[in-house]
Amino acid sequence: MTPASPETPDGLSFGHELPPADSPAPGKGTIRVLQLYPRDMNIYGDWGNALVLAQRLRWHGYTPELLEYNVGDEFPDGVDLIVGGGGQDSGQLVIQDDLLTRGPLLKDLADDGLPMLVICGLYQLFGKFFKTRTGAVIPGIGVLDVETHGTDERLIGNVSVSSPEFGTVLGYENHSGQTTLGPDVTPLGTTAKGTGNNSSDGQEGARYRNVVASYLHGSLLPKNPALADFLIQTAVERKYGSFTPGAPDDTYAVLAREHAARRPR
Amino acid sequence: MLYFSVPLGKLVRRVSRLRGGGSALPGLVVEKIDPGFMQRTLATLPLGVAVVSGTNGKTTTTKMVVELLESQGLKVFTNRTGSNFTRGVAAALLGEVDWRGRLNADIAVLELDEAHAVHFVNKVPPRYCLLLNVLRDQLDRFGEIDKTAELLQHIAAKTTGTVVLNREDPRVARIADTLGEGTANAPQVRYFGLDDSLLSTFPNDDELRAAPGSPVPAAPPKPAADVVLRRVGADDADFEYDGATVSTHMLLRGVYNIFNAAAALTLARAIGGRDGAAADNGRLLTALARVAPAFGRGESLVVDGLPLDLVLVKNPSGFRLGLKSFPAAGYATMIAINDNYADGRDMSWLWDVEFDTLRDGGVDQLSGSRAYDMALRLQYDDVAIGAVDTEIAPALAAFIRGAKDKPKRIFCTYTAMLAIRRELSKITTVEVVS
Ligand SMILES: [Zn+2]
Repeated sequence: MTPASPETPDGLSFGHELPPADSPAPGKGTIRVLQLYPRDMNIYGDWGNALVLAQRLRWHGYTPELLEYNVGDEFPDGVDLIVGGGGQDSGQLVIQDDLLTRGPLLKDLADDGLPMLVICGLYQLFGKFFKTRTGAVIPGIGVLDVETHGTDERLIGNVSVSSPEFGTVLGYENHSGQTTLGPDVTPLGTTAKGTGNNSSDGQEGARYRNVVASYLHGSLLPKNPALADFLIQTAVERKYGSFTPGAPDDTYAVLAREHAARRPR
Repeated sequence: MLYFSVPLGKLVRRVSRLRGGGSALPGLVVEKIDPGFMQRTLATLPLGVAVVSGTNGKTTTTKMVVELLESQGLKVFTNRTGSNFTRGVAAALLGEVDWRGRLNADIAVLELDEAHAVHFVNKVPPRYCLLLNVLRDQLDRFGEIDKTAELLQHIAAKTTGTVVLNREDPRVARIADTLGEGTANAPQVRYFGLDDSLLSTFPNDDELRAAPGSPVPAAPPKPAADVVLRRVGADDADFEYDGATVSTHMLLRGVYNIFNAAAALTLARAIGGRDGAAADNGRLLTALARVAPAFGRGESLVVDGLPLDLVLVKNPSGFRLGLKSFPAAGYATMIAINDNYADGRDMSWLWDVEFDTLRDGGVDQLSGSRAYDMALRLQYDDVAIGAVDTEIAPALAAFIRGAKDKPKRIFCTYTAMLAIRRELSKITTVEVVS
């Protein structure tokens, strides 16, 4: 159940809305996509990831149910896929305590193979800890065996990653925390352009079970449909046993990738 | 006291003009040989310096403030923002001062980019400042919105006379709490505000981030505003101040431009007229009605006898406001998205804009270096796309050819707009940008 949008006097809403479905509910089944903390952790177009998952589910013949979880909410049942975004420092402070109380639940879901995508700020908080420049330690929820250290250096620009699972992953990074991976995770890939996790080892992102974590912002999925379809396929197989894909038209995605790949860092 | 730097700078200015050069060189020369020039010259102004800052609408608002003050008989020095702010101001001052270095003006009204704010206000504490908004913009340059708010706060802290704040933007309104109200050196604070019925058209960044249905955090009670925008009509608007509501005709289009008119009005009322006179209300309103939009911000040109509107979009809220302020019905639409430094390099922001208002008519033409990112964005919002061409000149020509009998509208990022204007100047009269 997607919550209704707040009414504004002239009927337009500034909240994000899914375009209306053009056919009555396709018959392959329903997938519940949960956005984690969209109110506080959504600064660089993270809505794009939720929208892409919902629309591609439709194009594959499934019905998306877009849910959200914000600080203090009850955690919904029967979630099939989780997506969480980046935030600025103030947003991370707001969600920190709430996230710690949900940590064990999220860890169980991840261990159980639930597909998740966490970007930037939530990537960091899904790790073991974030140590700030002043030495303060912000505990993470430990879903991922990674640790992050704040720095004075901001890593900004276009990124191209070679991923063994997803081919070339394209995006944009903007972060000053630097993350290093422990033995229980593997990187999403190695950077061909841009910095990624940190300025020394040439790795970007982290993989654990069906969790994908990345510094590539906000709208990572639109230009990386292979990654989006991995999350969708995993969610569908986990719920229904098998996945029959539809035929999304990725002409624009292919062209957007070609042009993005040619842009300078 | 006669400064050698002024005649020399003026000479360099003449020479570089003759050679067809820009304004930076003479500014650079004066800066190098006489670093105190700008500070000293601005300090001679009887009404001091007023700065306008914020992420959206600085240029049009600065233009409005200048025209409102001129309606009061004030002589105003103003700048066009440039790549190097201080140098640009120094160069512009050189053009205006006499050979003795005296500036024939009552006040300077300067558009201040956040990037140059701290450096400038540390050198030249303004007497007035007008802080418009803090929206997602240029994130790849500043990293974080909160940092932008801090920059604006720093401008306010350095202001000696009156600080004018947007009551409806929590990050801007909150600045008042940091100014030590009631203490000896605290500046006066004035607000401009919106009628509740118009609030929904102005998402602040917190609301922008919220998904549908998520409760917006409860707002603290609002302070009284000096000027409140009550209503926006097709070509007029109602402003409330001094306990009365006045209606005025407006040449400006777009709700956000007209909200900035309330901002400009508040600042002009705070400054008043010559020798401490209160502002003449009739003249203010006449000037307000005549203000035309500044370069590119909702500007209307004529092509094939029909209007062609250029709408500058550079961040999610600006794009949303543009889509909302300029309804698509009856218009052919083109969108041009570049990702050069001045546009912002990160394309994530397109995903924070909803394009449902374009769903009925579709988009006729896409262009710019990131035309296909835009195409992808529209595809996910189920908006039909006519043609895509990353090259702006052929895309524009095809758009104009294909929509001969329709008024046209182009939403474009900054450098895409420059390219479009260059092309349009070949077929129609376009205001020269200096
Ligand atoms: Zn980030």
